[in-house]
Amino acid sequence: MNAIPYNRDIASELIASFDTRPELLVQILHSFQDRFGWIPEPAIRQLAEELNLSRADVHGVVSFYHDFRATPPGRHVVRICQAEACQAMGSRELSEHAESSLGLKMHESTEELTLEPVYCLGNCACSPAVMVDGDTFGRVSNKRFDHIVNTMKGSD
Amino acid sequence: MPAIKVFVPRETAAISMGANEVALEIERRAEESGESIQLIRNGSWGASWLEPMVEVEVGDARIAYGNVTREDVAGLFESGFLKGGDHPRRLGPTQEIAYLANQDRWSFSRCGVIDPVSVEDYQKHSGFTALEKALAGGAESVLDAVLTSGLRGRGGAAFPTGIKWRTVAETGADQKYIACNGDEGDSGTFSDRILMESDPMSLFEGMAIAGYAVGATKGYIYLRSEYPLTYQVLVEALDHVRSAGWLGEDIQGSGFNFDIEVHLGAGAYICGEETAMLESLEGKRGMIRFKPPLPAHEGLFGKPTVVNNAVTLASVPDIINRGGESYAEYGVDRSKGTLAFQLAGNIKRGGLVEKAFGVTLRELVEDWGGGTASGRPVRAVQVGGPLGAYLAADQLDIPMDYEAFTAIGAIVGHGGIVVFDDTVDMAAQARFAMEFCAIESCGKCTPCRIGSVRGVETIDRIVGGIDREGNQSLLMELCDTLEGASLCAMGSMTPLPVRSAIKHFAEDFGADRGEEQINE
Repeated sequence: MNAIPYNRDIASELIASFDTRPELLVQILHSFQDRFGWIPEPAIRQLAEELNLSRADVHGVVSFYHDFRATPPGRHVVRICQAEACQAMGSRELSEHAESSLGLKMHESTEELTLEPVYCLGNCACSPAVMVDGDTFGRVSNKRFDHIVNTMKGSD
Repeated sequence: MPAIKVFVPRETAAISMGANEVALEIERRAEESGESIQLIRNGSWGASWLEPMVEVEVGDARIAYGNVTREDVAGLFESGFLKGGDHPRRLGPTQEIAYLANQDRWSFSRCGVIDPVSVEDYQKHSGFTALEKALAGGAESVLDAVLTSGLRGRGGAAFPTGIKWRTVAETGADQKYIACNGDEGDSGTFSDRILMESDPMSLFEGMAIAGYAVGATKGYIYLRSEYPLTYQVLVEALDHVRSAGWLGEDIQGSGFNFDIEVHLGAGAYICGEETAMLESLEGKRGMIRFKPPLPAHEGLFGKPTVVNNAVTLASVPDIINRGGESYAEYGVDRSKGTLAFQLAGNIKRGGLVEKAFGVTLRELVEDWGGGTASGRPVRAVQVGGPLGAYLAADQLDIPMDYEAFTAIGAIVGHGGIVVFDDTVDMAAQARFAMEFCAIESCGKCTPCRIGSVRGVETIDRIVGGIDREGNQSLLMELCDTLEGASLCAMGSMTPLPVRSAIKHFAEDFGADRGEEQINE
């Protein structure tokens, strides 16, 4: 992830690229998060102003969706599927392994990485599934998990 | 000599197992050895257990090689795989792989076959002929064909598509919309994803036909954000289809205008519920709406809207091409046509199996699926996603048929089949059903928002042996409340997995520890 610090001008450009349409708020928030890594308070203020919405409206949308972050994530985001198909293939044990090997609980972040649960990546025939920085991996054993994480760390 | 066509899927499951690395290695080796190849990134045939499945075109046939790794590529070249040469990974001609050959491919007939982003390839496989036929034949004939086909919504609710379309067609408005639900959140389901990654243009064509039939000029695809590759494929394919004049203003000189936008969800399961999806498409929190008004009368931005699942819409072009009657010949009773069943979880041969309704759950799990991946006995099968019932191993002979499932208190839903072996703790699964409801509830209805939290606590007490009898009856009352007092399926159907787990697997809830077995 190559997130940059929040920048009002870039934020304005992003909003303009969606023709300043308030009904595209969810899409605009995605573009913010892609660029800045998270949705800081000044972004909520600016979105409300430029889209002619109340701050409560914008805050409500940001807080409703699991994707949108109110705190900055680590440089890498590791998401482990917790849904039934992956449970059937040991995702609970994989999650425990991830938590202990990374020294992080679910929803926790360090500067380097964020560990999160996700409920289905649609890779249920190749369970358990993990997503690292937007790339999906299938049939992830503990060993394969360690390999994926080491490769990710090596990419820094 | 023309370049040899080599196919490596660009599809999530295949890529999750290394397809991109395999594709790069094949290109590198081909260049190194001076072989002229044309690498085509097709979609997936749906045999996910064989991914990455590489194919080589040899004469009229395509020869498949399964579970190819980057390390295998050197050996494949040495074995002459570009001429279909023998190798331990060789599966033979793709069409003869039993898993695929025994299916009833209808909605997924082009998946794996074509380059998903090539208009030319799509048209070579009867692409856009249905739209042409519809534009020539008129809206009435489209509505008739869809009604005759017996097609029902494949997202899970199974509402007759033809009736929904006619309702929108007969509702007067200055603007109408087609909203495709691609928010495939149910665990154990991936048919929308495979379809959108492997044959996206059939979805666009289905949406355009729907638009023409009901008088809508604008379509939205609501895609879950957990499918980033699907998004890329959809956007690329849309771009090509627009350039070719099959979407946009005055499509192929017909005077009909129709265009499509792709919107991303943001990780909320509830947005797969149609009214929550409409709220999200309007840029709001995904809170469900009261019905009525139905979306067919007042949907997106208050306008009449057809809300259909991706597979439903993509089934339409072939219904128009082959006629509603020929679709209705598949299936049983009121479950007409085919469903793309998805074999998932602890299963040896997981993947997509499109088959006429009436196939039994056992045939799918055992004949196609090959039993569990772990090799242990099947203990439970959850059909229809997180809101679907758990079936016990002795219930597998049930035919896949909407009504047969309803009769035993279960659902077919979107066709997801998640298999568990005998190591599963069904109390933990029931607890998860409540926990998931607590995490994903939109919060509008109290039983769903708070009842789910109380459900988790109550199951914990039952398993912990605290007043087991009292807490079991409390849990059943709580399920009654969820069922009776929730506006949508999230709250009203979470009791399905909970009740079925208790009914069929009472021993996991401590019943073998001296307490009386409970009944529903």
